[in-house]
Amino acid sequence: MSKVLVFVESRDNKIKNSGLEAACTATKIAGDLGSDIESLLIGSDVSKIASELSAYGIKKAFVVEDSRLEKYSTTAYSKILAEAARQREADIVILSASAMGKDLSSRVAAKLDAGLAVDCTDIKVESGNIIATRPVYAGKAYIDIKIKSPVKMFSLRPNVFKPLKTDGVVTVVEKLSVNLGDSDFGAQVKEVIVSDEKLDVTEADIVVSGGRGLKGPENYYLVEELAKVLGGASGASRAIVDAGWRPHSDQVGQTGKTVSPSLYIAIGISGAIQHLAGMSSSKCIVAINKDKDAPIFQVADYGIVGDALEIVPELTKEFKKVLSN
Amino acid sequence: MKIAVCISQVPDTTTKVKIGSDGKSIDPSGVTFIINPYDEFAVEEALKLKEKQGGETFVLTLGKDSAKEVIRKAYAMGIEKGLLIKSETELDSYAVARNLADVLKDINADIILCGKQSIDFDNNQVGSLLAEMLGLPSISVVVGLTVEGNKVRAEREVEGGKEVVESTLPVVICAQRGLNEPRYPNLKGIMQAKSKPIEEKQPAYTQNKIEILSMSLPKPKPKGKIVGTDLSAVPELVRLLREEAKVI
Ligand SMILES: Cc1cc2nc3c(=O)[nH]c(=O)nc-3n(C[C@H](O)[C@H](O)[C@H](O)COP(=O)(O)OP(=O)(O)OC[C@H]3O[C@@H](n4cnc5c(N)ncnc54)[C@H](O)[C@@H]3O)c2cc1C
Ligand SMILES: Nc1ncnc2c1ncn2[C@@H]1O[C@H](COP(=O)(O)O)[C@@H](O)[C@H]1O
Repeated sequence: MSKVLVFVESRDNKIKNSGLEAACTATKIAGDLGSDIESLLIGSDVSKIASELSAYGIKKAFVVEDSRLEKYSTTAYSKILAEAARQREADIVILSASAMGKDLSSRVAAKLDAGLAVDCTDIKVESGNIIATRPVYAGKAYIDIKIKSPVKMFSLRPNVFKPLKTDGVVTVVEKLSVNLGDSDFGAQVKEVIVSDEKLDVTEADIVVSGGRGLKGPENYYLVEELAKVLGGASGASRAIVDAGWRPHSDQVGQTGKTVSPSLYIAIGISGAIQHLAGMSSSKCIVAINKDKDAPIFQVADYGIVGDALEIVPELTKEFKKVLSN
Repeated sequence: MKIAVCISQVPDTTTKVKIGSDGKSIDPSGVTFIINPYDEFAVEEALKLKEKQGGETFVLTLGKDSAKEVIRKAYAMGIEKGLLIKSETELDSYAVARNLADVLKDINADIILCGKQSIDFDNNQVGSLLAEMLGLPSISVVVGLTVEGNKVRAEREVEGGKEVVESTLPVVICAQRGLNEPRYPNLKGIMQAKSKPIEEKQPAYTQNKIEILSMSLPKPKPKGKIVGTDLSAVPELVRLLREEAKVI
């Protein structure tokens, strides 16, 4: 019988939302396959948070704890996940395609000789086989794929699968032992530089991005203020990243970040094909642009044709008003 | 210092995808192929390392005969040697990495540079797979790199910030935009690249673990609504987002 192992990502001893998304999706897949499901957490002190998985239907959580695991290490984490899959005889490994998940999954796939479907936006069971759907060419097309190797791995695009709460499950937490020597910490994170507590565009449910239509870096605060009122993250087109208004980490698009929030607001962005590639899978798209023929309006659900410098402050004001009621 | 760079050939970013007649791949007619943009950062970093520390640079690509174009592009930028692992069939990331590892295991490169991802299948896999197959550490999504002696310090991008990662050589580095500004080849470089030899070999591994069942285009969106053309549209837009789209 097959067994699903889900890696539940945590950072600073907090379970990440993407980890919960993976846990719930893995539970669903295991249910459809009629397989067992177990979860794995790795960190310095994760046994106390493992029980939080009960609200998401996870009955069994294995933890690997070590003070050296407080910060992510590609080599150590991949050794542990591969080791856990072997010890638990899991033939299906599911995790999030977050920054950590992307880094981890391919190393584990090499260790387990597993085929890996990355960044899946849909995953289902059809006559006993797992069929994964994933975007290619930056979302300009999708492929349905099947993995042929005995061990199969799937990473899930963050923010696409929604974590669903369930009642009446108790998570049994158990320590798993994996021998770790100093050589397992080949590439080690020494320091984490947090960019001014800013919410990352890939993690936000609402993203407000600005482009060259803002006219100058001094007007970018309009984007930030709107994002703040909505509790979202602020992003940018490549044009204003290249112009030095914003750091590269803000860039949305084919050579920037791919986002799929519930709401994406594009302000003064023309909608070049490379920009669309990074955001067109957003659930609802709003465009504010003074050119009614701008390509962004072809993907927008709602648009206002007008001057961003005029419209955006008013929009922020209006949201503030309705959200405080 | 021995520096190896893995590069791939991909459709240009402006490509409008049309599905081919097999229903599983894109129709390549009219598509312009380029060096994977992330691999240009890897090539640039290799050249910078060489200029600073001395050494030799080497690119390898697995692809069709036409992939020689990307080797010539790397030559034009300043890379010295190139190898094409010639495969007319499409191989998945695992098979690509196995073939690259097969060549690299005999080369003893001090540093292997890859791009973060190929912009065709967006797999983000080959660099780390390769590292694991060679038993080397890897650092992915790298936006800053310093190499001193055998010590490597890299900055990698993560959600909401950066991680500073330290390692020793040899190591596999996967480049992200922001690492550097790739140079433009000069005319002399372009001319020389045309006649420089390219080594060729056959792939040792041709087994795929992934099977593509079908390829499809995203569902077309129904035409959106222009809510208005001035400030008076603002309250209506907010109402629609709350009551119709229900996203706020
Ligand atoms: C290899 C490659 C990769 C790329 N990757 C990316 C990527 O990842 N992400 C990305 O974004 N781009 C990418 N690009 C660049 C892309 O082609 C566009 O150049 C870029 O997206 C344009 O940015 P923009 O919309 O801000 O600027 P523009 O195209 O200059 O558009 C500005 C828009 O603002 C509007 N405007 C002007 N004034 C106002 C005003 N007062 N109020 C409202 N609207 C106004 C204009 O009508 C126009 O539509 C890439 C390009 C290449 C070649
Ligand atoms: N066919 C290939 N030949 C050589 N290098 C490749 C090939 N495919 C991918 N790579 C390298 O691996 C990186 C990641 O690619 P991928 O895993 O396909 O997204 C690329 O940026 C290249 O550096």
